[in-house]
Amino acid sequence: MARPRPLPSGRSVPDTARFAGVGRWLLRAASLGVCLLAWQAAAQLRLDLGIVTFRNVPPPVEVAQAGIELLQSSKLFDHVTSSLSRVFAGYGLAALAGVMLGLAVGRSRLAGDVLMPPLEILRPIPAVAWIPLAVLMFPSSELSMIFITFTGALFPILLSTIHGVENVDPRLVASARSLGAGWGAILREVVLPAAAPSIVTGLAIGMGTSWFCLVTAEMISGQYGIGYYTWESYTLQNYPDIVVGMVLIGLMGMGSSALLRRAGARLTPWHSTDEARR
Amino acid sequence: MAPAPLLEAVDVSFTYGASTVLDRVSFTLGSSEVVSLLGPSGCGKTTLLNLIAGFRQPSSGRLLFDGAPITAPGPERAVVFQSGALFDWLTARQNIEFSLSCRGVAKAERRDVSEHVLELVGLKGAGGLYPYEMSGGMRQRVGVGRVIAARPRIMLMDEPFAAVDVQTREALQEELLRIHAATRCTIVFVTHSIEEAVFLSNRVFVLAKRGGTFDAAFDVALPAPRWDGLNRLDPEFLRLRERIYLTMKAGSPAATTGARAHALT
Repeated sequence: MARPRPLPSGRSVPDTARFAGVGRWLLRAASLGVCLLAWQAAAQLRLDLGIVTFRNVPPPVEVAQAGIELLQSSKLFDHVTSSLSRVFAGYGLAALAGVMLGLAVGRSRLAGDVLMPPLEILRPIPAVAWIPLAVLMFPSSELSMIFITFTGALFPILLSTIHGVENVDPRLVASARSLGAGWGAILREVVLPAAAPSIVTGLAIGMGTSWFCLVTAEMISGQYGIGYYTWESYTLQNYPDIVVGMVLIGLMGMGSSALLRRAGARLTPWHSTDEARR
Repeated sequence: MAPAPLLEAVDVSFTYGASTVLDRVSFTLGSSEVVSLLGPSGCGKTTLLNLIAGFRQPSSGRLLFDGAPITAPGPERAVVFQSGALFDWLTARQNIEFSLSCRGVAKAERRDVSEHVLELVGLKGAGGLYPYEMSGGMRQRVGVGRVIAARPRIMLMDEPFAAVDVQTREALQEELLRIHAATRCTIVFVTHSIEEAVFLSNRVFVLAKRGGTFDAAFDVALPAPRWDGLNRLDPEFLRLRERIYLTMKAGSPAATTGARAHALT
């Protein structure tokens, strides 16, 4: 947002602001255009800088053409749906497990002592490092990819839930106890909603890591899926398709995170209002 | 023969690590009393409130509610916290109905109760608002209403009006007396404001700065009803305020041993 400036007179403030807004949007669009032009030029001139070369990089115009072709083919649907179903399965399981484990660990020291030591040891291992072992452990590559997305999403969700639960205002729990709420009611009606803003943050972060892990897993062991499509394009030397795959991955990750944040804001209106006021 | 006291504390002590927060405190509370626990921060007044609420147990001594020891928190001794401690995700009405939902009261009956309580706390028509849509004063009204709806025998209030501005605070104090007149529920009110204690209470217990003991107790003999606020100018009000002030300043109960003996019997 623009910093409020002292105004010389009271006239036409909103107009000035609107013009400034339009101007800034033009500037941003111009910046994007220049980047695209630079990419087009570098690719067309087959620029070779020694440490990095554009000889095999497709120019944006070819990428756009390849994108349109993919949009018109039936392949796109298959790739997108298999990626989406893997993410939904792995991420869904991670959300369920992360929130349940997080509630238990955040509320009970015993649960923390029992559950956290193994989780703490597994946590620093990136989900991607699991790929070889996951391929050995699961009978189908489909299951191993779901496992990888699960592992990628689990820890951000778990840690945010624990953080949210531990930071619930103790007066809220005390109030509920003094009003006659039992153990289960406190967990369901007080702790879970009070920790919801933090849980939503964890879910959004987990969605990002989940996509990241899925794409990697698909490149290595997949059949169908956006990651597989991108890697396959490389092996088949369809270079414009590589960039189409990259763009699709970005769009789908961004889209699902945005959906999640929107849903989260709906579920926790008191929190988003707090943020807006700040 | 007087009826058995609602609450009886006999030599109640509470130690936390090496420090003694409360040291052999004794008193009794009767039905419909409004009693203030007055003292500087760290004097143990909130600890005493937490013991009555059942959040903690005395290290030694007996604390009896209706003749039985207090072992756990419960709606018969419900607590109003500073600035309400409302559930942000529930409307004013749902906050007020919370204790009823816990007891499994049917929806229609819950609705009747909350409607009545909303009117009692001056929030008629505001039942659909969420806490983030309310002013500090409104939130605290909901906080009081949430406890009133639980039908407590004792309402415990922990500096409930400390976070609102002076005008709102005085209005809330007057409203509390009106609510007390309507419900006749016993109130234990923790505060560090002498004026607030004198205005609200029929007895004021002053806690010593350190050591966790009662310095003095004062009977407040102001005419009832006093929720019109005019009592704040009553000569008796001003005189009592000054006496309590001097007691707290001196940290010695010299001038008020009579009142103290009265409280300890």
